Amino acid sequence: MKRTIGTTFASVMVLSLMMAGVASAETVYNRGNDTDPTTLDIDKTTTVAEANLSRDLYEGLVVYDANAKVVPGVAKSWDVSDDGKTYTFHLRDDAKWSNGDPVKASDFVFAFRRLENPKTAATYANIQYVIKNAEAVNKGDMPPEKLGVKAIDDHTLEIDLENPTPYFLELLTHQTALPLHQKSVEKYGSDFTKPGNLVTDGAYKLKSFTPNEKIVMVKNDNYYDADNVQIDTVNYIPFEDRSACLRRFQANEVQSCSDIPAEQIDYMKKNLGDQVHIAPYLGTYYLPIDVREKKLSDPRVRKAISLVIDRQFLADEIWRGTMLPGYSMVPPGIGNYFDPVYIESKGKDLFDREDEAKKLLKEAGVQPGDLTVELRYNTSENHKNTMTAVADMLKNIGIKAKLVEMEGTGYFDYLKSGAKYDIARAGWIGDYSDPQNFLFLFKSQNDGFNYPHWKNQKYDQLMQKASTMQDLHARSKVLSQAEQLLLSKMPIIPVMYYSSRSLVSKNLKGWKDNIQNVHITRYMSIEK
Amino acid sequence: MFSYVIRRFGSALPTLFIVITLSFFMIRLAPGGPFDLQRPLDPLIMQHLKHAYHFDEPLWKQYLLYLNNLAHFDLGPSFTRRDFSVLDLFRTGLPVSIELGGFALLIALVVGSILGAFAALKQNSWNDYGVVALATLGITIPTFVIAPLLSLVFGVMLDWLPAGGWGGGDFSHVILPVVTLALPQIGIIARLTRGATIEALRSNHVRTARAYGLPSFVVVGVHAMRAAILPVVSYLGPTAAALLTGSVVVETIFGVPGIGRYFVQGALGRDYTLVMGTVIVVAVFVIVFNLIVDILYALLDPRVRFD
Amino acid sequence: MSQSDPTIAEEGPAVTADATTGRSLWQDAWIRLRRNRAAVASAVVLLVFVVAGVFGPMVAPHPYDAIYTQYVRVPASLEAYPRADTIEPAFERALKRARVDVGKVTVDGSSVSAPISKDEKIDPRIVRYLDRSDIFHDATITDLNDAVTQGVMTAAVTRELFPFGTDANGRDLLSRILIGVRVSLAIGVLASFMSLVLGVGYGAVSGYLGGRVDDVMMRIIDILYSLPFIFFVILLVVFFGRNFVLIFIAIGCTEWLDMARIVRGQTLTLKRQEFVQAAEALGVGDMGVLKRHIIPNTLGPVMVFVTLLVPKAILLESLLSFLGLGVQEPMTSLGVLISEGAANMRSATWLLLFPAAALTIMLFALNFLGDGLRDALDPKDR
Repeated sequence: MKRTIGTTFASVMVLSLMMAGVASAETVYNRGNDTDPTTLDIDKTTTVAEANLSRDLYEGLVVYDANAKVVPGVAKSWDVSDDGKTYTFHLRDDAKWSNGDPVKASDFVFAFRRLENPKTAATYANIQYVIKNAEAVNKGDMPPEKLGVKAIDDHTLEIDLENPTPYFLELLTHQTALPLHQKSVEKYGSDFTKPGNLVTDGAYKLKSFTPNEKIVMVKNDNYYDADNVQIDTVNYIPFEDRSACLRRFQANEVQSCSDIPAEQIDYMKKNLGDQVHIAPYLGTYYLPIDVREKKLSDPRVRKAISLVIDRQFLADEIWRGTMLPGYSMVPPGIGNYFDPVYIESKGKDLFDREDEAKKLLKEAGVQPGDLTVELRYNTSENHKNTMTAVADMLKNIGIKAKLVEMEGTGYFDYLKSGAKYDIARAGWIGDYSDPQNFLFLFKSQNDGFNYPHWKNQKYDQLMQKASTMQDLHARSKVLSQAEQLLLSKMPIIPVMYYSSRSLVSKNLKGWKDNIQNVHITRYMSIEK
Repeated sequence: MFSYVIRRFGSALPTLFIVITLSFFMIRLAPGGPFDLQRPLDPLIMQHLKHAYHFDEPLWKQYLLYLNNLAHFDLGPSFTRRDFSVLDLFRTGLPVSIELGGFALLIALVVGSILGAFAALKQNSWNDYGVVALATLGITIPTFVIAPLLSLVFGVMLDWLPAGGWGGGDFSHVILPVVTLALPQIGIIARLTRGATIEALRSNHVRTARAYGLPSFVVVGVHAMRAAILPVVSYLGPTAAALLTGSVVVETIFGVPGIGRYFVQGALGRDYTLVMGTVIVVAVFVIVFNLIVDILYALLDPRVRFD
Repeated sequence: MSQSDPTIAEEGPAVTADATTGRSLWQDAWIRLRRNRAAVASAVVLLVFVVAGVFGPMVAPHPYDAIYTQYVRVPASLEAYPRADTIEPAFERALKRARVDVGKVTVDGSSVSAPISKDEKIDPRIVRYLDRSDIFHDATITDLNDAVTQGVMTAAVTRELFPFGTDANGRDLLSRILIGVRVSLAIGVLASFMSLVLGVGYGAVSGYLGGRVDDVMMRIIDILYSLPFIFFVILLVVFFGRNFVLIFIAIGCTEWLDMARIVRGQTLTLKRQEFVQAAEALGVGDMGVLKRHIIPNTLGPVMVFVTLLVPKAILLESLLSFLGLGVQEPMTSLGVLISEGAANMRSATWLLLFPAAALTIMLFALNFLGDGLRDALDPKDR
């Protein structure tokens, strides 16, 4: 009750200040972000930090609401054909670009064609390969005009798909599906992202960009819902040092941090209380195993290794509760997945698992002390501690483990290049909420993603079958069979599920934890 | 002297050229490229990207292309920050780094040499030990410990200064980074000055000056210090170059938009052009400052001659 | 340096300035060093560190790589773990995992016992639930009934002392510091050696020969300053794999540059001084002048500078670890421990405090000793 009065009082204060037109009534949101973007050109972005920026600058056909549910954006409604392959979007009449131009269906056509045009060299062009002819266009086999996206009129957009894709609306929330202002892109060329040149259709527009300092965005008055946008200026501040964000948060210099230093979690929980947000996230921390290596080519050996990993210890002690113990590749809480499967370790006592592991090793003909493996990881204190702990766990079944640390870029290049290794670590954060986005990684032909170099025809067939299915429940069953197969052959050992970790000031209202970790500024407000 | 300076300028370009050539090939030998991110890219897309940036051409051709661009004062586009050219990045970042580094250098020089001379005059007294202890503390405690501590104490606990950020370079944001940068240098300069002053105080011409009854502050200030400053001057050449080109640790911890972070961001992200840019900036600073140092030698000690 | 060292005895008369005293530079220095109390105390402290680094890990109460999963991040304490109030719940928890019913737990000094029962036969292997725990050992089941469904579980409590606390993996910090001291001392010695041999020699030759030789030699230094260090390290790993020796190469290669410039600067002024010119006039060769007159006279600043570069080298090693070239887990170094400590500054202060204190004390001693050596070696002060 007391709190309600306080809130009301505060809003009255804010309101009266705004009505008085005092300059200080302008609300500024200093928002910590993981890093600076590689670019503001949405077709060339890949990271979560870039996605955060694009969601404030742009608005696509559909958008996430504060709970990360897909809701209408520039499209006010849509129809899907009976075969699930044609989507017709009806655009709002009042959607405008930041320079006042109306947002037209042709802006989407332009953006999609640019995305798939090989000359653009868009980094995530493949994510929209579900669109008819997209892959052929991106390969250069077809001209961009052949892409299955067309403007029926200014306010009607039709998108044809290769296959019925039940997660297509989810896909449209990705930054590769945002519209571009054709005139300014064509006029400025590669400079179109510069402050002053960049024209966007979201709640905010770009004011300035100082590398390593901040990106300033101001409210876009031409945005159709501008009246309900409560924060006037957003400063996106990059924090490569998570502890630096924590300090500035405590000094009231930033209102939110996009990540927190896991090492300091005990301190934060004690001192910052419920301003520390830890929520399930769409990501899996797993250990790929090089199945080409003879010593680890037997699934029984890989299973034995998986059995002795104490995931609870890793999540609770090493990661201080900022991760969850993981027993599957597809993280829980994901959309379009009704039959989750888990590895057998789940729910079994560690010592029983050790007995089982020893039995499996014996069956596979591995004597205690015979097997030595290298645990390879990229530089990071938490990865180091994780692998140190895993090495210790392997000792319990007579497997010797050596740690090999590598610098980040060299590490990922090493895994992708096909060089030999034993056991490594990797993480995957979903681009959209669908199991396909996790399971496609291990298709036989998926060079670059399939770190274990695992080839399984049955798995490929199941994935192929799922990609043509329209009925979500039937499709989910097939995908779950695929995951079951993956987990039984164990080219990868799922170890933990990621959590999103943020600091959110109690003055910042409207931040809702969600599995996508999407927090669009226009749903938020700041209480003085 | 004049001809010496001319000669040094003449050798600067070949030096720079060797640095550029060696670095170019060193950088390319490292595994991975600018597009090898944690999230792997589709092989087809990788091909598009490599083509767009000429990475599919032979290395020697890329090298010639780079030299050609360089001749037109074009350092190329940055790969990790594709909205900026490398030149853009230095244009905004270098003044910031020079400001911080310059202040730090000045403070370190003044405070360090005063402390050092003071300790030398009181050799083997508690004052002397005190200075050496302080100096050692400054050198021993690494920047990555001092910086967060200062930010924590003055930014969070006492709330006297901003805990981080640049704020357009206003004075309050400059203090903590400058102090952090200056502390270890104060320590080093104090130690070098102390040693050199003690030595100079015993040298023949200072003894003579004392014998003539010149007041001791004149002896110390003019005669001893001139010679004493030599090792400090030697040390300052590369140090000034390092300070003025920014510090990764200080810039990351305080959120300062200098160029120090590009050394690491560029290297770890395999941003070839950005790294080449940092190499060139460092080389220019090193060459210039070592030249200044050599000229200072001749000015401070008439016995030094370059022939 | 012992007095009977033949090379010094031979060199004695050649050092004209010292001829009357009959003692060599080094003998003199040694006598003066012994009179400097701060230097002697520092030497003793350093010796303690060397002994701790070399023998410490062998006698430490815990192996430096032993993980105590039940003691992750416990604070520094002189009181042994486990704490009295945690023994009982830990005992109960372990037995619950063994799926037996537990009666009343009694703690008696260093042993714990409780009646256990199960509705089927008790598997004698369940003692491992206690034995494998860090808290208990020597678990036994006694007083078993005939049906083997009831008995008494007794176990001894393992007392573990972590005077400096444990790290994020539950390893004893004291043991890790000891191994870290060993690694960091080795790096410090190596860096000093490289800069003394390469840096001093290179700088003295460059300054003494002067002219074009000096120009070229100094431009080489400029080039080495400018090359991107991170790539140098990455390439070392790529071409030579991961090897402990490479750490020394990487650090050694960078740490002599400053020294070379300082010695060269000193040499430039020294070579114009009367005693050098006198020696030249007497027909002493270049090498002789360098060895007997130039280098001994640069030793003052050299000594000071060596003590300054040791901390730099030790901390540089932590950057190498970051690039995957440093010491590999489970080995560690003071630099790595301090940078981990800095990350944990606020929730586990001890992780920063103790390694930083170890490094600071070590370097204090080194610096006072360095100053003592400088004073002792000062050729004008005798």
